[in-house]
Amino acid sequence: MSLDAKIPEGPLAQKWSKHKFDLKLVNPANKRKYDIIIVGTGLAGASAAASLAELGYNVKAFCFQDSPRRAHSIAAQGGINAAKNYQNDGDSVFRLFYDTIKGGDYRAREGNVYRLAEVSVNIIDQCVAQGVPFAREYGGLLDNRSFGGSQVSRTFYARGQTGQQLLLGAYSALNRQIHAGKVQMYTRTEMLDVVTIDGHAKGIVTRNMITGAIETHAGHAVLLCTGGYSNVFYLSTNAIGSNVTAAWRAHKRGAFFGNPCYTQIHPTCIPVTGDHQSKLTLMSESLRNDGRVWAPKTVEVAEQLRKGTIKADQVKEDDRDYFLERKYPAFGNLVPRDVASRNAKEMVEEGKGVGGSGFAVFLDFADAIKRLGEDTVRAKYGNLFDMYIQITDENPYKQPMRIYPAVHYTMGGLWVDYNLSTNVPGLYALGECNFSDHGANRLGASALMQGLSDGYFVIPYTLGDYLAKIGPKKVDTSHPAFEATKKDVITYISKLLALKGNKTVNEYHRELGHIMWEYCGMARTAEGLTKAKGLIKALKADFWVNAIVTGENEEVNASLERAGRIADFIELGELMVDDALMRNESCGGHFRVESQTADGEALRDDENFAFVAAWEFKGENQPEVLHKEELVFEAVHLSQRNYA
Amino acid sequence: MNGNMNLTLKVWRQKNAQTSGKFVTYKAEAISPDMSFLEMLDVVNEGLTHKGDEPINFDHDCREGICGMCSLYINGHPHGPKRGVTTCQLHMRTFHDGETITIEPWRASAFPVVKDLAVDRSAFDRIQQAGGYVSVNTGVSTDGNAIPIPKVIADEAFNSATCIGCGACVAACKNASAMLFVSAKVTQLGLLPQGQPERYSRVQSMVAQMDEEGFGSCTNTGACEAECPKEIKLTNIARMNNDFFSAKLFREEGVHDAKH
Repeated sequence: MSLDAKIPEGPLAQKWSKHKFDLKLVNPANKRKYDIIIVGTGLAGASAAASLAELGYNVKAFCFQDSPRRAHSIAAQGGINAAKNYQNDGDSVFRLFYDTIKGGDYRAREGNVYRLAEVSVNIIDQCVAQGVPFAREYGGLLDNRSFGGSQVSRTFYARGQTGQQLLLGAYSALNRQIHAGKVQMYTRTEMLDVVTIDGHAKGIVTRNMITGAIETHAGHAVLLCTGGYSNVFYLSTNAIGSNVTAAWRAHKRGAFFGNPCYTQIHPTCIPVTGDHQSKLTLMSESLRNDGRVWAPKTVEVAEQLRKGTIKADQVKEDDRDYFLERKYPAFGNLVPRDVASRNAKEMVEEGKGVGGSGFAVFLDFADAIKRLGEDTVRAKYGNLFDMYIQITDENPYKQPMRIYPAVHYTMGGLWVDYNLSTNVPGLYALGECNFSDHGANRLGASALMQGLSDGYFVIPYTLGDYLAKIGPKKVDTSHPAFEATKKDVITYISKLLALKGNKTVNEYHRELGHIMWEYCGMARTAEGLTKAKGLIKALKADFWVNAIVTGENEEVNASLERAGRIADFIELGELMVDDALMRNESCGGHFRVESQTADGEALRDDENFAFVAAWEFKGENQPEVLHKEELVFEAVHLSQRNYA
Repeated sequence: MNGNMNLTLKVWRQKNAQTSGKFVTYKAEAISPDMSFLEMLDVVNEGLTHKGDEPINFDHDCREGICGMCSLYINGHPHGPKRGVTTCQLHMRTFHDGETITIEPWRASAFPVVKDLAVDRSAFDRIQQAGGYVSVNTGVSTDGNAIPIPKVIADEAFNSATCIGCGACVAACKNASAMLFVSAKVTQLGLLPQGQPERYSRVQSMVAQMDEEGFGSCTNTGACEAECPKEIKLTNIARMNNDFFSAKLFREEGVHDAKH
């Protein structure tokens, strides 16, 4: 199996235009003869469903929530990048491309990333036309801010709720097509398998989450827009329902999984308070613009803080270690997410963590309040401070915030070519569920950009080419492949429902999360990863004997839904560990302790690892096979990151 | 890490829309004040699962107050006693040790019970489908800055656009009216220049769908505004009424836009 990324020939800036011209078109009168299945209704799924329906295709869209508007894109806070250069500060498509490639630590494709930067400007126009209420200046024009250490102001935003506003925009476009009868919407419906015929994806098997009915749906193409897999860590900033099941089942039907070990850990989250905790809450990293990160200099002081015998504001200046400012004088508190996260973890490991659990460091606004006044700080960060007070019952105007890193985003995902097609013809992956544009680390405000780019501006072109080639011959569920796949799903569900052991599915999930966080989290070693592999194997074996799944299939059954998702997370966890072990270099969010510079920075090994890892499933309990897609860089020069 | 709060829960259990439900009493023990309300229910459900009993079903997803999936009518209030928060952001420190907490689903005939505490809010989607959009196809080439929008208008539209579609307004209303929800979208798009061409047809289509779904009428009590976790204002309803009457009065003349 050779991996062909299908990057168009020609100069970088002309690849996409040329490709759009070279792609085959579907005759307008023929479009209504094609049925397209779209799974997931976040930014990628809703925008794709609306755009394809507008073109005239028949779309069936699916989501597991009670409404397409609930998808987790809604929770994105910060903003969306676009190379509009409205601020006249030197931004350009090439600069956004360059920043994204560099931010991804040179592990993404030039062609894809350039296209992303190119269509970013169209996204803003599209969203404005839909009535998305972006922030504006007094003159009535769109406002921008600088985000995530970027040197230009190219981030468009809607207060701290940009994801919500963009998703509701895409949802409104989707609603218009539902109303027009071009999209059939299936809510509370979970995809459990892909149906392939002669190697092409031709449909899916779903479970109706109200009645338990196992149903089949046929189409000329299947688009997975199912988001990321951060919940493999149990605690993450993802929604509770976010899961890898659709992508994982597609993987088990032949779709390669790209760079599974690339995960992003966000430094400024509210720390865990106890075992009961079900999710972590992110606070925008804009807080680091004015907050100073510190930990006590000594374990003794940390101990007193943990016990509560002294308070943070009683710690003398001399007893504080502003460790980011000390180690990275040039960037200080604004070092990239992975560097800030790793350093916080080191502090905790040295026994200098604070808060009841000891898993936190301080983010202190005392100096900012002294310098700017409390009112100014409130105007800038008021909503974030309120959120912090709401969750912790502590007042960050008086005491420093406690923060700790949390898993936030997964750069890895289903392998796709330039057309967003997986290696299974007819099966596409869009948005966070593919691996394509962020390399080993994603820049702030780029996730929303990619989801909407894929859905609004890429797939409407690239899908047409495939459809034109296969022709409009009707696909229906009478083909025996549908019945066979459905049978597999029913057997699998019965196997889950037969589990009447002594441990809840949630307990397995938490255990998996501990393993992943400990050994496949912010810092990874060959020894730790090898150990994790054994632990996950044992956990998997135990799950299939001792898990408890209550109830039956023919009803609303959260226990059953959860069990299927956790079983898939366990398998994915094993592949992530394999991938992290194989990648014996550090890059972006993947830090291998064995591969670092003298300053303790991530050290890439471009000679041996400038490739995309695409893993092929070979059967239950068989080792997966690695395929390499070499990355070729023509427009950028690979450099070593340095923030000291 | 366990806490030291012990609570009694009276929870509505109902197998599905076809069967009748009843309150069942549970003990929630060793609850930490730092837990969210949903995490407290997670603890109860873990206990039920260990006993082989069926866990309590409730809707939830993002657990950070933005997706609108969580609901729960807690001690007579949608999203509980605290103002301006969803149930997922309500923490147990709001309650006290020994308290009895009553937990019900949203009660409205347009929101039939799915199971236990989860209800079917698809009526909200259908109202949005009836007209909650600007009719533009993907691929517009107008530059985003071609239409300047005064900041005050953009901010006001944003305030309306923050509705999360949770349904608390309906649950809070003695008439189970959906006016606050519908008016939030009508206002957002009615304020913005992009929404003008369909302003009067939109309000009529959305109101017609709202009536068809069986939501009650608005009697300006204001319970919706008081209970809305996103603090959507009652003035949205006034704006919607204004547009609706204008549409009805001037529709046939086809000049309603000029009247404004």
